[in-house]
Amino acid sequence: MMKKVLSVLVAGVMALSIVACGATNDASANTGADANNNTTADGSLTGTLKLGMIGPLTGGAALYGNAVDHGVQIAVEEINALGTGFQIDYQAEDDEHDAEKSVNAYNQLKDWGAQVIAGTVTTTPCIAVSAEAYSDRMFMLTPSASSTDVTANKDNMFQLCFSDPNQGSASAKYIAENNLATDVAIIYNNSDAYSSGIYQTFVDAAAEVGLNIVSTTTFTDDTQNDFSVQLADIQQSGAELVFLPIYYQAASLIFQQADQIGLDVKWFGVDGMDGILSLEGFDTSLAEGVMLLTPFAADATDDLTVNFVTKFEEKFGETPIQFAADGYDCPYAIYRALEYYAANNGGLDVTDMSNEELCEILISVFTDPGFSCDGVTGLAMSWNAAGEVNKAPKAVVIENGVYVGL
Amino acid sequence: MLDYLISGISLGSVYAIIALGYTMVYGIAKMLNFAHGDIIMIGGYAAFCTGYYLHWPVWLAVLFAVVVCTVLGVVIEKLAYKPLRNATSLAVLITAIGVSYFLQNVALLIWTSNPKAFPNMLSFIPYVNIGRIQITGTALGTVVTCIVVMVALTLFTDKTKMGKAMRTVSEDKGAASLMGINVNGTISLTFAIGSGLAAIAGVLLCSAYPTLMPTTGAMPGIKAFTAAVFGGIGSIPGAMIGGILLGVIEIFAKAYISTQLSDAIVFAVLIIVLIVKPTGLLGKKITEKV
Repeated sequence: MMKKVLSVLVAGVMALSIVACGATNDASANTGADANNNTTADGSLTGTLKLGMIGPLTGGAALYGNAVDHGVQIAVEEINALGTGFQIDYQAEDDEHDAEKSVNAYNQLKDWGAQVIAGTVTTTPCIAVSAEAYSDRMFMLTPSASSTDVTANKDNMFQLCFSDPNQGSASAKYIAENNLATDVAIIYNNSDAYSSGIYQTFVDAAAEVGLNIVSTTTFTDDTQNDFSVQLADIQQSGAELVFLPIYYQAASLIFQQADQIGLDVKWFGVDGMDGILSLEGFDTSLAEGVMLLTPFAADATDDLTVNFVTKFEEKFGETPIQFAADGYDCPYAIYRALEYYAANNGGLDVTDMSNEELCEILISVFTDPGFSCDGVTGLAMSWNAAGEVNKAPKAVVIENGVYVGL
Repeated sequence: MLDYLISGISLGSVYAIIALGYTMVYGIAKMLNFAHGDIIMIGGYAAFCTGYYLHWPVWLAVLFAVVVCTVLGVVIEKLAYKPLRNATSLAVLITAIGVSYFLQNVALLIWTSNPKAFPNMLSFIPYVNIGRIQITGTALGTVVTCIVVMVALTLFTDKTKMGKAMRTVSEDKGAASLMGINVNGTISLTFAIGSGLAAIAGVLLCSAYPTLMPTTGAMPGIKAFTAAVFGGIGSIPGAMIGGILLGVIEIFAKAYISTQLSDAIVFAVLIIVLIVKPTGLLGKKITEKV
């Protein structure tokens, strides 16, 4: 019990500090940029864009920061090699997954002359930096900070990854569109914001697309041992598919116990399920046939993915993870947006443009219903005014212990 | 209905075997060893490393885990609790919480926060079918181990000379040492037995629910502590009954009332029991009995 009290206290202090960071936002007025100063006659995009990236390149979360950095590097090299007269000058700064260091990194990038930021990689630093960027009118596109707190009330802040709750509606639509099932059961963790957030949006979308939810059961962080009751409920309800908006640790127990009682259903997870195959000692045959919604599968066979994975393996000697793919898509999304603007406004030269001007241009393009771009994490990505991405989700299925694209 | 009863008993017997360790240490040393759950976790990792990485046979891996935990328990007792023998019980309690965090963080350093899937070490026990009801070998093994341990502990404290010394120390340390009983040695022995039991509990817990993480022992530890209080802390059969009842109530609450409220119901039952019987189900007026 004492531990609980302590952790609640610590969480409270953290929450306060986040609020304190958020409170520094002062709504700076639109600078009224006149982008026509920078047009070229033929509608082409030219000049050099200074792109900054912030992420944990060292420390405990370095795996994610380096993956994003490597992904961005490959995209920047590719864009620069296109020979269109448009170049990206790229610089990455380390934040060690620390909010304060992240703001320092942001200030360093500003001194360097960054015009647009791809970052930050992790959620807590991103909330702090986006508050600064909002008052500076600096456009930010985060590859992987998925909390809705990142984009809330900041029109300059966009996400390349699905926001946590959006995975729920995307899953419901995917299940309905591909006729995977009509009677669906759900097990979710009601003590976890990630899981309950996805659950809520799944239920809302399920009603729209005509899925029947026949069994809804929950567990908490404290009771994630025994799932016999939940599984018995599913068995009685006759559900064809079970939706699991949970992390893979609990899912591994569910698969094992379902196998014991001989429950034969389809399983559908979200990105929290990613990692189940690398769980040490786990019998991967239990996860055979499990489908999950993940924006990226390294063994997919489409041209974009194959090209990216090959280059990544050549340059860095490892298979890219989802974060690397998110990083790879960021410069492309910004490049396509600028190109779109240039084509519709008689050209654009980005050299030495102020970050305020670029911010307004990019916001107008990202929220333009006519704009979309393809990436390795999804085709036809578009954004809403809240900064959340809308893209066709990719689903993978586990076959013979590896992911196979669906 | 019977299905749920069996799930409840197998969950409860895991709580019960952890509760036995709590109640043993509390009964003799009069302290709540909050690090007990984390010794269970260390036991789980010891068995995992030898059984999974080194492919030791099950009995040897379990034996190794028991030895590791016994030594660990005695060392913790000597370093952390013995200097506080005459301090207030609050100081000892806080130290125990400190030890608990220490063990969790050491485990985090050694094995990282990535969970491991524990191989089922009881898979050699076959399924048992009674009519349409199926009992898994793991559940059967847990219940049987739990009963054996309970009987052995009761016999040990009631019949042997060492057991007698333990009961004496539990009643009055000062008088015990006047009678020529080695108080420190007896308390160390208690910790050794309690921690050895923790290793077995760790193997059973992880075989039944095979996700092994540095925080694996924390929540079952707290539930088992609740079970020990429920049954009457200090009483060995009480810990067993408390554990099994807790498991059954938890599963029934989930099945028939609400999966969301199961914990609330479990703890509400605990509160009612403690209002009616403040010493727990089997607690005597003299709670020193072990």
